[in-house]
Amino acid sequence: MYDMGMAQSVAAEAAGKVSARGVQVFYGTTHALRDVDIDIADRAVTAFIGPSGCGKSTFLRCLNRMNDTIPGCRVLGDIRLDGEDIHDPRVDPVQLRARVGMVFQKPNPFPKSIYDNVAYGPRIHGLARSRADMDVVVEKSLRRAALWNDVRDRLHDAGTGLSGGQQQRLCIARAIATSPEVLLMDEPCSALDPIATAQIEELIHELADQFSVVIVTHSMQQASRVSQHTAFFHLGELVEYGDTETVFTNPVDPRTENYITGRIG
Amino acid sequence: MSIPQQSLFASDPGTARRRAAEARFRAYGLGAVLVGVAALLLLLSSVLSSGLGAFWQTRIHIPVTLAGAALDPLGGRDPAAMRKVTTIAYGKVIEAALRDAIAQAGIELPLTDAEIAAMLSKEAPAQLRNKVLADPALVDGTIEVSLLANGRIDGYLKGRVTMDSAQLDRNVTPQQLLLADRMLARGMLSRDLNPGFLTAPDASDLRPEAAGLGVAILGSAYMMLIVLGLALPIGVASSIYLEEFAPRNRWTDLIEVNIANLAAVPSIVFGVLGLAIFINFAGLPQSAPIVGGLVLTLMTLPTIIIATRAALKSVPPSIRDAALGVGASRMQAVFHHVLPLAAPGILTGAIIGLAQALGETAPLLLIGMVAFVREFPAAPPEGFFDPAPALPAQIYNWTQRADPAFVERAWGAIIVLLGFLLVMNAAAILLRRRFERRW
Amino acid sequence: MSPFWLVTAVLALAGAAYALGRARVLSAAAGDHRALHSLPAHYGWAAVQMTLAPALLLYLLLLLAGQAGPVAAAAALALALGALIWALRRNTPDFRARNAVERGMMAVLILASTIAIATTAGIVLSMLFETRHFFTLYDWREFFFSAIWAPQFQGRSQLGILPLLWGTLYISLIALGFAVPVGLFAAIYMSEYAGRRMRALVKPALEILAGIPTIVYGLFALITVGPLLRDWLAQPLGLGSSASSVMTAGLVMGIMLIPFVSSLSDDIISQVPQSLRDGAFALGATRSETIRQVILPAALPGIVGAVLLAASRAIGETMIVVLGAGAAARLSLNPFEAMTTITVKIVSQLTGDNDFAAPETLVAFALGLTLFVITLGLNIAALAIVRRYREQYE
Repeated sequence: MYDMGMAQSVAAEAAGKVSARGVQVFYGTTHALRDVDIDIADRAVTAFIGPSGCGKSTFLRCLNRMNDTIPGCRVLGDIRLDGEDIHDPRVDPVQLRARVGMVFQKPNPFPKSIYDNVAYGPRIHGLARSRADMDVVVEKSLRRAALWNDVRDRLHDAGTGLSGGQQQRLCIARAIATSPEVLLMDEPCSALDPIATAQIEELIHELADQFSVVIVTHSMQQASRVSQHTAFFHLGELVEYGDTETVFTNPVDPRTENYITGRIG
Repeated sequence: MSIPQQSLFASDPGTARRRAAEARFRAYGLGAVLVGVAALLLLLSSVLSSGLGAFWQTRIHIPVTLAGAALDPLGGRDPAAMRKVTTIAYGKVIEAALRDAIAQAGIELPLTDAEIAAMLSKEAPAQLRNKVLADPALVDGTIEVSLLANGRIDGYLKGRVTMDSAQLDRNVTPQQLLLADRMLARGMLSRDLNPGFLTAPDASDLRPEAAGLGVAILGSAYMMLIVLGLALPIGVASSIYLEEFAPRNRWTDLIEVNIANLAAVPSIVFGVLGLAIFINFAGLPQSAPIVGGLVLTLMTLPTIIIATRAALKSVPPSIRDAALGVGASRMQAVFHHVLPLAAPGILTGAIIGLAQALGETAPLLLIGMVAFVREFPAAPPEGFFDPAPALPAQIYNWTQRADPAFVERAWGAIIVLLGFLLVMNAAAILLRRRFERRW
Repeated sequence: MSPFWLVTAVLALAGAAYALGRARVLSAAAGDHRALHSLPAHYGWAAVQMTLAPALLLYLLLLLAGQAGPVAAAAALALALGALIWALRRNTPDFRARNAVERGMMAVLILASTIAIATTAGIVLSMLFETRHFFTLYDWREFFFSAIWAPQFQGRSQLGILPLLWGTLYISLIALGFAVPVGLFAAIYMSEYAGRRMRALVKPALEILAGIPTIVYGLFALITVGPLLRDWLAQPLGLGSSASSVMTAGLVMGIMLIPFVSSLSDDIISQVPQSLRDGAFALGATRSETIRQVILPAALPGIVGAVLLAASRAIGETMIVVLGAGAAARLSLNPFEAMTTITVKIVSQLTGDNDFAAPETLVAFALGLTLFVITLGLNIAALAIVRRYREQYE
């Protein structure tokens, strides 16, 4: 029962797909995030929860170096993807982001066709060798994002013409088209209605068999529904991190308990 | 589809190519910025290097004996009688004085009397005559006077005229330039600050050294008074109506589109309008500040309306609600509360509109503001109807003259114009900084 | 009696109206403000309005009818006096003076807002009228389709607009060809790449460029750029020996338009939502890829609008071409030759002694109308595009 393959996967999980040590973030002189240590598992959903302004989105944006694009933002500490330091001078953030995809709070399709939205990532990274190749990538990504059946007849219509939930699934398709290993989702359902939210949650669940999914959410129910691991952030600190079930039923830190029971937040 | 997973540290040729494209793109951007800045620097250095000379002028300093026999033949020292003596008599007096002074200084050059006389500006006799008429007691005495030198001599001191160019020039001889050198060495000739450039009226083609901006500045000031007096109240009233009271209907839509378009109508078209309506139809005089002011008012109106509406819009509705809530009428809410809060923004817009109007040239060409005018206009309101050039029209006028000395004058006038604009824009910026309010 | 003295007299009457109107209603209310419908000042102003408005209106009408004599003045004065007496009788404590005053003010506001319309109407009518006059003297087909522009003093002028139109378009094309890339790239660099210190330095510099009057650019073209181009480009290449040329005017006009294009583009680029940038960055696009492939396509309609506005400015620009382009009407492709534009010819046909019965003078109005129609079309299209673009992201 205890074969080698299993041992390896356990070891990988222990080290984490992404591991962070002593991460600090400053916006100008504001210390937005202090001393975050975390290991994020592969092929699982990790949820970041916490009250607004607690630093969970900030930390999420560290993982694909999106904070580089914000003037005045400094990130210190060590973040590794598969054991490789993402702040190493040899790392081009452009390549990093092809491997760490991101989906945002509000659906943000480009004002282009559905096809071009999905094809954009593979195109800039040169991932498809031919037109036919690209068609395959686009179809696969749209299928994966559970959007193919809705849009297969209108791939060349504008992406902005879709409904909110469809737009968000389009953005997910766009993000997974570059075959990332990690998918970061920053409150992906906060702009959607309950039905669309349920669809996206189901999708996240399915995506976890291929990607390491990290989701920031305001909703504790959502975290408990979709994630295997949960990290609770409060006032720029990572307060508690563990199995979702443990964190929600038996939190160690009183602040986590207060938040979960609705006394802070 | 499967991509071979490679290390993040590995550089890949595709990404390197994209980074190179990135660097190129960035360089284009920087290049464009530098082109813009370089154009500004080239423009400003052209203006300053060619124009600063106009603020200095060469003058000849000599003692002149004012013989009563020539200048006051009746001997009564009666200014009315002395007015009958023309500049010709004064010209003879100073020519003689200059010859004497040169002989006294021991300068010996083969020069004819005419050449010596031509060292002086043709304006010099008038200068002396005015001085004497202002103080008849000077007659029969000897006074030290500083008289304008001829434009070519002035050009020689400023490097515009050289020995070589003088060989080919009918208006100046190399001998005269040598004389200028000697006089300069003896202190009889010097380059001094030239307040006359700002106060004197324009001068004819033959005497660029005497030309000044006095009348043009006054003309521009009159036009700005008219623009301010008309465009500000009309613009503010119109904005208040459109922003605070107007119902949304086809008529107000038409007005709005119309204002936006008027702001982009070529200025020359306003000149055609001024010529057709104000001069040909209404019969107002050509070259008068009143017509220029009216044309510029119509041009400035859209600018002021757009700025005023933005200022009114930025006053939050809660202020209006508060006023209406204590029982003020809408008119009172606007005039007692909204308008005072919007005033800094309105004034800023008005100053910027005024600055635009001050520099506008094209429409003025069509309504005769480029005319040659030497008389100062009377005080307002009658003066609004007297002919007067405007500052930018004067610049254009000088570019059309033959003597290159006028080009220097045109650049100098540009410095004056830019100086006024700088002051106005600085005032607008200060006003905005001082009263900027964040809601 | 001059208009000045009439206005003074009517104003004096109005002053009296204020004092009397206020005093009368106060005495009627026995000095008790609370018995009045409005504030005492409103009663004063109501009387002032009544005194001023009809009299001045009557006088203006008489002036426009060409009756500026003493009879007109007397009539106006009499009307002012009569209205004053009527207004005073109206001032009882029950009279809604505030409402009357506000109605009057509203009328003034509405009147002011129609001046903009009146201006446009004035432009169109004045030019239309003179243009019709011109076309009775000169065949309109000749004007629009003839390739020869040769006004003669003795008559028999040939006044074809085509060479002028060509010069105008050629110069505008060069100006836009210079200003659009430079202005657009400068705007991109300033908004996407430049650091705060650079922005603090360069933005005001470009704004200075925008505030410089066109006469300055004109002189710059005439004295600095023209000879420079002639000595370093045109003559060595054997393309001409004229300092005033299409290239001179076009380049200088291009410089003038840089800040115009860049500030409009800047507005438009900054309206593209941040979320689109984030989306592209998160996919691993570089900054330039984000700009070229996401921001610019999204901003394209707005930028097209900005370019059209710039084109309208270029076509209507006068001083730079008057001083820098030359006066020769010619259909040529050589950019180093002097050519002329519609605006230059409007100026040259309308300065000096004008004979408003000669086609050589009247043609300026036809040129002006053509210019107005072209720029109006460009402006309307541009403003509509820009407005639609703004609404898309609001």
